Amino acid sequence: MTKTNKQSNLNLRAVLAATAAATVLAGCATSGNPKDPIEGYNRAMFSFNETVDKAVIKPVAQGYNYVTPQPVQTGVSNFFGNIADIWTGVNNLLQGKPGDALSDAGRVLVNSTIGILGLFDVATPMGLEKHEEDFGQTLGRWGVGDGAYVVLPILGPRTVRDTVGLAADIYTDPVRDADAHRGYRNTAIALRAIDTRADLLKAEDALEAAALDKYAYVRDAYLQHRRSAIYDGNPPRQADDAALPSLPADNLTSTGPDEASWNLLLVGQSDILDVKALETQEPAEAAAPAEQ
Amino acid sequence: MFKRCVQFLMIAFTASAFAQATAVKAPDVLVKDVTEEVLTTLRTDPAIKSGDAIKTAELVETRVLPHFNFTRMTALAMGKEWRATTPEQKKLLTDEFRTLLVRTYSNALISYKSQTIDYKPFKMGATDTDVTVRTQINQANGRPIPLDYALEKQDGGWKVYDVMVAGVSLVTNYRETFAAEIRAGGVDGLLKALRAKNASTTPAPTAAASK
Repeated sequence: MTKTNKQSNLNLRAVLAATAAATVLAGCATSGNPKDPIEGYNRAMFSFNETVDKAVIKPVAQGYNYVTPQPVQTGVSNFFGNIADIWTGVNNLLQGKPGDALSDAGRVLVNSTIGILGLFDVATPMGLEKHEEDFGQTLGRWGVGDGAYVVLPILGPRTVRDTVGLAADIYTDPVRDADAHRGYRNTAIALRAIDTRADLLKAEDALEAAALDKYAYVRDAYLQHRRSAIYDGNPPRQADDAALPSLPADNLTSTGPDEASWNLLLVGQSDILDVKALETQEPAEAAAPAEQ
Repeated sequence: MFKRCVQFLMIAFTASAFAQATAVKAPDVLVKDVTEEVLTTLRTDPAIKSGDAIKTAELVETRVLPHFNFTRMTALAMGKEWRATTPEQKKLLTDEFRTLLVRTYSNALISYKSQTIDYKPFKMGATDTDVTVRTQINQANGRPIPLDYALEKQDGGWKVYDVMVAGVSLVTNYRETFAAEIRAGGVDGLLKALRAKNASTTPAPTAAASK
């Protein structure tokens, strides 16, 4: 959520420019993924973002991580998190979750006072759970589809729907609204961006280890994550996913619980299921159910 | 005499039924036990703390992997492409994907070993064979990360077939990449890509331990 808000007017323009550029480039290279029709442009923007990140943003985040004591970092995250809770609450209301919205309002009230302007998150231990909502999720909740996947300059992965949501998030951002003190405002926006990036340093290592194709891995993770966020962590199984638990059974009667029992019979092994043993038995096992 | 025999048999049956019932750990208990055991070892074992890659790999291999169904995971990641592979290819794919997942998982474990884990309330029906156990990693700084495990019941106990981090399945997230590799170079092309990836970061936990 804070990530989506971290940039200001200037980037709103960049967003529009990127969307326009994306439209122009829409006819370019594609590998046929229906969710990613402008893959050629997206890959180019992805590597541009990686370059900027490596050269500027990541070193700054690492420096921040290095010089800032943990309690201070937590205070900074809490401070911006408290401001973000206001918009989260509004979105929860828009999504028809008045209970969550009330809890968000309670969080802001408690953290702004007892939590000293939001520097301490005292609401979470009190049982007021923190939510993450933005306008893109609200649109998703209202039934607006993802639209094409778009990599925005600096801001990174979005869908067309989330780009629209982002514009609303930026428009309503209280930090951006602090117009009277432009100097403080820009410092605050930069600090929030750096703090957000620093939070992601750890996840990045795991990403490097996991990805076969970093661009595709990030894209698919973003799409999955957004889908899960729209359903507050409990997304219904997707059509293709729903087919999958039964998929092995459909095709081979393998890899499901059936496979286990067949292999137990074949291997004569009754304790722990050894995956290796399963694999070596595959051909026999595939044939066995047919004989029954 | 006969009555005593019957009594004896009844007791024996009850005992064996009881033993069987307790032999299979409930999925939430299993996840919690394994997580806590591994985290405790990560935090306390002097060799692992000093960055012993082999020891860390051993820990994951002996404590975590027996509870994972890698064939099922590979089938999930392959999606509909799985049916078009030969048994030999299935085995090779599973081996390579296993290496990749283990490395990713070990990396994650090591970078988050100092965090605490919350186990969300868990409910399941007596006949359920496919469940999700929800946990949450609490970070000192930053938001908590949801970490969910999908498990299915097998004769040998519950097996994990998917791990979801912040709603992102570590398994199905590969589906598009795998499909693209297969479109470009067939199943052998995918195998080659997996091998190259695994070779590029071998030995697995060294990179993780040095982090």
